Amino acid sequence: MPVILQLFFSFMQVGMFSVGGGYAAIPLIQDQIVNILQLMSIEEFSDLIAIAEMTPGPISINSSTFVGMQLGGVPGVLVCTLGCIIPSFVICLSLAHFYYKYRSFSGIQTVLASLRPAVVALIASAGLSILTLGVFRDGVTTVANIQYVELSLFAVCLFLLRKYKVNPILIILGSSVVGTLLYLFL
Amino acid sequence: MKKKTNTNLLWQLFTSMFLLSSCTFGGGFVIVSLMKKKFVDEKHWLEEEEMLDITAITQSSPGPLPVNASVIIGYRMAGIPGSLAAVFGTILPPMIIISLISLCYEQFRTNTLVALALQVTRAGVAAVIIDVTLNLASNIIAMKNYFYVALMIVCFLAAVVFDFSAILMILSCLMIGIMTAFISSRKECA
Repeated sequence: MPVILQLFFSFMQVGMFSVGGGYAAIPLIQDQIVNILQLMSIEEFSDLIAIAEMTPGPISINSSTFVGMQLGGVPGVLVCTLGCIIPSFVICLSLAHFYYKYRSFSGIQTVLASLRPAVVALIASAGLSILTLGVFRDGVTTVANIQYVELSLFAVCLFLLRKYKVNPILIILGSSVVGTLLYLFL
Repeated sequence: MKKKTNTNLLWQLFTSMFLLSSCTFGGGFVIVSLMKKKFVDEKHWLEEEEMLDITAITQSSPGPLPVNASVIIGYRMAGIPGSLAAVFGTILPPMIIISLISLCYEQFRTNTLVALALQVTRAGVAAVIIDVTLNLASNIIAMKNYFYVALMIVCFLAAVVFDFSAILMILSCLMIGIMTAFISSRKECA
């Protein structure tokens, strides 16, 4: 089988079996690309993870793009990312169809009502872990590790969001520019 | 006329997701927070509860969370073409960025300025998620149903203290939900 087809099916498996966010996908990608197809060394793979974490976008899309580019240029990118999203597409379309068909039923409403507090809790815990990583050096929560530039940046951003409802995209881009400048000139 | 509005809607789906996806550092819940702001608060396309339901569905389906959420929101707004437009908007920015970086990834990975920018941006990203969390949590509390408030606190502790996985948490709450639905239907019959 040509490499590009193998890649397509490999990433389709990654897309199909990575349940529960980006970090679930990493071992699956490693298994397919490093162990089974042997298209990358483990060092190259760890570089890939480092870069995927430094750039926006889902980790499995980032890695399928990276692997596709290294192995087959732009067509490689298209084949790998398509493979990765086709399972999501089919599964989520079916789930969306059923959700919108049945969500007004009172029994389904009761079930969904118990899921919502869990989702809020999950979002809260994701926020807390990013805050910990951002404010404490290396994410270690001691007073000595508090990074005051990041802490004040966080406080200002939160104030702007709560009080003036500033656009969140502006907040993210602004914090990146202002924070970098503060570090360079302080 | 109908066709024109439809194209306009598809374009809006594509551009919204393109913009959000370009700015999403650090995991699926960041983009969920941004989507909530964009589609619930700004465009009024979705209700808040609907957004939470969609998040629960995307979290329990395989595949990247932002892609899953785009499929569902796109489908809700404009059927399968909507899904395609939203997903395309979501995956295009990382595809472009990574394709460019892969040409010179050694320099990028070891660049101190990039590392610095990344570190400080977390402060802004955390502020966005915490802001959305405060809104969502206060709405749950405003329902004045102590069961759901308690469930939220238990789930939060389970995630933070015991590192409970998201999928297990949603499945457990699904069980709880099915049981409450069953009990309340029994009550109605009696």
